Amino acid sequence: MNPMKIVVCVKQVPDTTEVQVDPQTGTLIRAGVPSILNPYDHFAVEKALELKAEHGAEVSVLTMGPPQAQAVLRLALALGADRAMLLSDRLFAGSDTWATSYALGRAIRKLGRTDLILCGQQAIDGDTAQVGPGIAQNLRIPQITFCDQVEIEDRQLKARHHIDDGHEIVQARLPVLCTMTPPQDYRPRHPSFPRVVQAMGKVLETWTALEIGAEPGMIGLKGSPTQVDRVYAPPQKEKGVVFTGTAAELAGRILDILQKENFLTP
Amino acid sequence: MIEIDSKCTGCSRCVPVCPFGVMHIVDKKAQVGEGCTLCGACVQVCSLEAVRITREEGPVDLSAHKGLWVVAQTLPLSRKGAKPRLRPVTHELLSAGRGLADGLKEELCAVLIGENAEGLCAELASYGADKVYLVEDAVLADYNTDTYAAALIALIAKHKPGVVLFGATCQGRDLAPRVAAEIHAGLTADCTGLSLKEGHLLQTRPAFGGNIMADILCTRKRPQMATVRPNVLKKAVPDPLRKAELVCEKIHIDEKMARVKVLERKLDAGHPGRKISEAQVVVSGGRGMRDKERFKVLEELAELLGGAVGASRAAVDMGLKPKSHQVGQSGTTVSPKLYMACGISGAIQHIVGMRSSDVIVAVNKDPNAAIFNVAKYGIVGDLHDILPKLVSLLKNSR
Repeated sequence: MNPMKIVVCVKQVPDTTEVQVDPQTGTLIRAGVPSILNPYDHFAVEKALELKAEHGAEVSVLTMGPPQAQAVLRLALALGADRAMLLSDRLFAGSDTWATSYALGRAIRKLGRTDLILCGQQAIDGDTAQVGPGIAQNLRIPQITFCDQVEIEDRQLKARHHIDDGHEIVQARLPVLCTMTPPQDYRPRHPSFPRVVQAMGKVLETWTALEIGAEPGMIGLKGSPTQVDRVYAPPQKEKGVVFTGTAAELAGRILDILQKENFLTP
Repeated sequence: MIEIDSKCTGCSRCVPVCPFGVMHIVDKKAQVGEGCTLCGACVQVCSLEAVRITREEGPVDLSAHKGLWVVAQTLPLSRKGAKPRLRPVTHELLSAGRGLADGLKEELCAVLIGENAEGLCAELASYGADKVYLVEDAVLADYNTDTYAAALIALIAKHKPGVVLFGATCQGRDLAPRVAAEIHAGLTADCTGLSLKEGHLLQTRPAFGGNIMADILCTRKRPQMATVRPNVLKKAVPDPLRKAELVCEKIHIDEKMARVKVLERKLDAGHPGRKISEAQVVVSGGRGMRDKERFKVLEELAELLGGAVGASRAAVDMGLKPKSHQVGQSGTTVSPKLYMACGISGAIQHIVGMRSSDVIVAVNKDPNAAIFNVAKYGIVGDLHDILPKLVSLLKNSR
């Protein structure tokens, strides 16, 4: 039997926990903010590599972005991915989640038979969680969102995923797309130095819009139904008040607050 | 296309505002590098109007699309055959949708997919629905991506709504992008505000971990779709006398369409619909709670306030609460009316997950804790002394 083919879709993101807002101008201070592999995607890459270790598989990583997004592909290669593709073209500029899903779907089609697609649940810069399901619909394959465990047996995929109010164990026949969310105890693994050096020597494939056969009306600004009308700093919260005192006084203080803010009306 | 014309003086005001860091000044002129998403942040700050984003815009006719839809969501059934109950976010969407529909002078419609769900129509009407599209089938008793998406895609194709709103729950965030991908509709995720601008839906949402806000429009495609975060839109007082027209839709949904099968479902203990993302009150504990025994006071407090218990990443790592209760990045984003942070120092990863709460009360013995920067009320003291006293005060006040 042919080895399983897994594609992991990843994104390079600014580390949003390091982004600060200038209180004077209300603009983002980006200087020195590192670009990282989206943490949810990091988990997805590691899951793919676990499945590869267990069942044997070819793991490809795919990203859409500017040339500097190569860095996250190199990291995935150093972690053990076999192949890396960068979708990069000025024609993709301005793509919203719809156009991004379409382009990634086209690229996966170009790769030929794919058994499993893993995506991070969402990227920490946009937090939309829309691209994974969008790719699944473009490829007409089933999706399982918010998974923290996946296993494969006899071409059946079994996953544990979050639902509102709990979780489910579900099963579907490959091919499937799963969006991944790391469990409580997850700590990202980092590649060893020799592996990083080795990955530097690997060839990255760069694909343009033409090479994936994307229709011009479906990508970039033209293919994106949504437009950003305006971006601005979130409204500043007014400075709060701080209370000190004995425990009894402070407990009474909280009770007053709850009363004043109407949280005690039955 | 983004263009910079000769008026540019290289004042560099546009450089720091670019959320993607791709604006540079080269030879005293702004230049856009790779990675531009055409978000327009630079256009806004340019006082010379030297930066322009041009779109190829021919006229589009959107007049065939009318009506504002809310896709109703129900709570998980307690047992097979039980009567379904609406998820609170459905009430919120209808309440806000009513005002938007009036502004557009269009109908507000609820879409109800399920089994034995007809009994919910009166409730949907009482929150403002003019019409209820009901799709009932035994196959639809439980949510499934494939069957629900098929039903909704068919309904949208038939009736051509102008707007379709979903609660940004796990279910809404699973379903909406699937539908939008199929019909090439614009979809905005996790909105915290909705309004109208020139007849279009203006969708407000946080981005960059809550560091900036963005207003999103979809002016050339219909329907305009959005998922909306639970708890942020105001719920109206229901009017039991309001009536809605019931439209029963026959859509053929085959059992075989459901390609993902549920083998096992485990619901969290406690009140359904009172999980942290939807609760009106969230009482959260952090490292300062120290152990499981002492964490219990928060459970008591939450119960007294009719809320849910949350936890910081530190508390989850210490095993005080399961991950499903984690607030913040890599956990859940919450926007309750009241957020009580107890023994939480306020790492940015936590703050981004709770700062949009209405009222934040923080209890911490470190007066310099970062959590006090976002709290409306800061209580500096030992929570192990304060909280048990508060619990007894609350009990006595009943």
